Amino acid sequence: MTSFSTQLVNLFAAVLLLIAFAMLSQRRIVALINLFALQGLALVGSTVTVAYATGQHHLYYSAGITFALKVVVLPLILHRLIRKLNVKWDIETLINIPSMMLVGIVLVIFAFNLALPISEFSRSVSRGTLGIALACVLMSFLMMITRSKAVPQVIGFLSMENGLFFAATSATFGMPMVVELGIALDVLVGMVILGVFMFQIREQFDSLDISHLEKLKED
Amino acid sequence: MNLEGILAQLTAMVVALVLAPLLVGWVNQCRAWLQNRRAPPLTQQFRTLHKLFCKESVVAYDATALFRLTPYIVFGCMLLACMIIPTLSTNLPLAPAADAIALVGLFALARLFISLAAMDIGTAFGTMGARREMLVGFLAEPAFLMVLFTASLISNSTSLATIVGTLAHRELTILPSLAFAGVAFTMVSLAENARIPVDNPATHLELTMIHEALVLEYSGRHLALMEWAASLKLFAYSCAGLALFFPWGVAEANDRVALAFALPVLVAKLAAGGFALALIETILAKMRIFRVPEFLATAFLLGVLALLVHLLLGA
Repeated sequence: MTSFSTQLVNLFAAVLLLIAFAMLSQRRIVALINLFALQGLALVGSTVTVAYATGQHHLYYSAGITFALKVVVLPLILHRLIRKLNVKWDIETLINIPSMMLVGIVLVIFAFNLALPISEFSRSVSRGTLGIALACVLMSFLMMITRSKAVPQVIGFLSMENGLFFAATSATFGMPMVVELGIALDVLVGMVILGVFMFQIREQFDSLDISHLEKLKED
Repeated sequence: MNLEGILAQLTAMVVALVLAPLLVGWVNQCRAWLQNRRAPPLTQQFRTLHKLFCKESVVAYDATALFRLTPYIVFGCMLLACMIIPTLSTNLPLAPAADAIALVGLFALARLFISLAAMDIGTAFGTMGARREMLVGFLAEPAFLMVLFTASLISNSTSLATIVGTLAHRELTILPSLAFAGVAFTMVSLAENARIPVDNPATHLELTMIHEALVLEYSGRHLALMEWAASLKLFAYSCAGLALFFPWGVAEANDRVALAFALPVLVAKLAAGGFALALIETILAKMRIFRVPEFLATAFLLGVLALLVHLLLGA
């Protein structure tokens, strides 16, 4: 384990955190999808670095799957989806960005404190990054809570999976191959189902605002 | 304090006084080239200063002594700021007098006086400009402090000379925290120096202006001092950024060979920085004043992230 690869993993972790904040504060849907693809790319970089530093060959495969799925396929599906739904230039107006960022900072501190005792046990290359992974997951949660449109919520869900994957590579040396393949397939199928779901929501309510779903009866 | 230290300090002062208007001229020149206009000469700022110093100073009827005193205080603050930032060498006798936090305090003092003087006359424009200046200032200050804290934590000192010395001589490692701090610092200095995404330095009499509204009532030598102070502020911010993020080339104490190379290195770095500033100003549009809090909140966030990443990753 050279110290240079630790630096590199730390750099990718910092970039992941930065992108998580950028996604939290991004109003445009197109930019959100591009940020999601970029987050996938940072994830691939960190996975390859960990794989190279530790000599765990199966991590190369999982990096390949991540690249194919999260940098190429899912953003393409999302781009097609928003083109078909005609929400490409949609802007979410009702989010208070400065206060969201402050909440995000609090979440990061909370996640780091939470991860500190856990990472003491870990002997992996990048144990300090567990806190960042947890922070990414929590921030995706925050994004899903605060957004009212369906597409950003789905992107939040997908980026949460990014955070979980990063936690797996940083705390242990990744999950077993079978589990990873299963998750990859799940995410892909989930995306397809959610896409169909979005069309249904729009057909029912003429809008993708999911606050309409809170009412059970028509009045 | 020895003779060499005093000499280095005096050189730093003269270099700041001469290079600051040249830097403004260079930025204006680059911007003119990028926008396909004919550029004013590099020494245009000196000619303006000379013209203003020769002119009579007209002061409003209602002005108090504060209004007359402010240009001197602001100019003094900016000059002192330029003198405690290590531009050429880290051997500065004045450096122990003020550390990184006092530097922020100096800028705040200048801002306080310039705003009070703008309100002193009682015109609507001046008051509006003062209020906006305070809005920008109180949002930019914490972000600037966060950037300085990150650099201080890395080098375990708040003294600017020690920070620069430590950063220049560390082994080459990737520091994501310093990268974040660098972006935050760029955003803060754009806002503090009334540059394009926040304020337009090239307009007069526009409802959105900040800096020009503050100095609207000044004329003659007072205006010259204010303009010179503004260019010194830009120089101070540029030098602080260069010292924190590109500290190579700043001479150590008692290193005469490095001292000889320090000035050309500084000029080259400033030229590159000035071109980057002109590029930013050309490709960005000015934003609405109500988006400024968002812009500076992002800078603050980046500063806090830099601090957190350094504390928690040790990088």
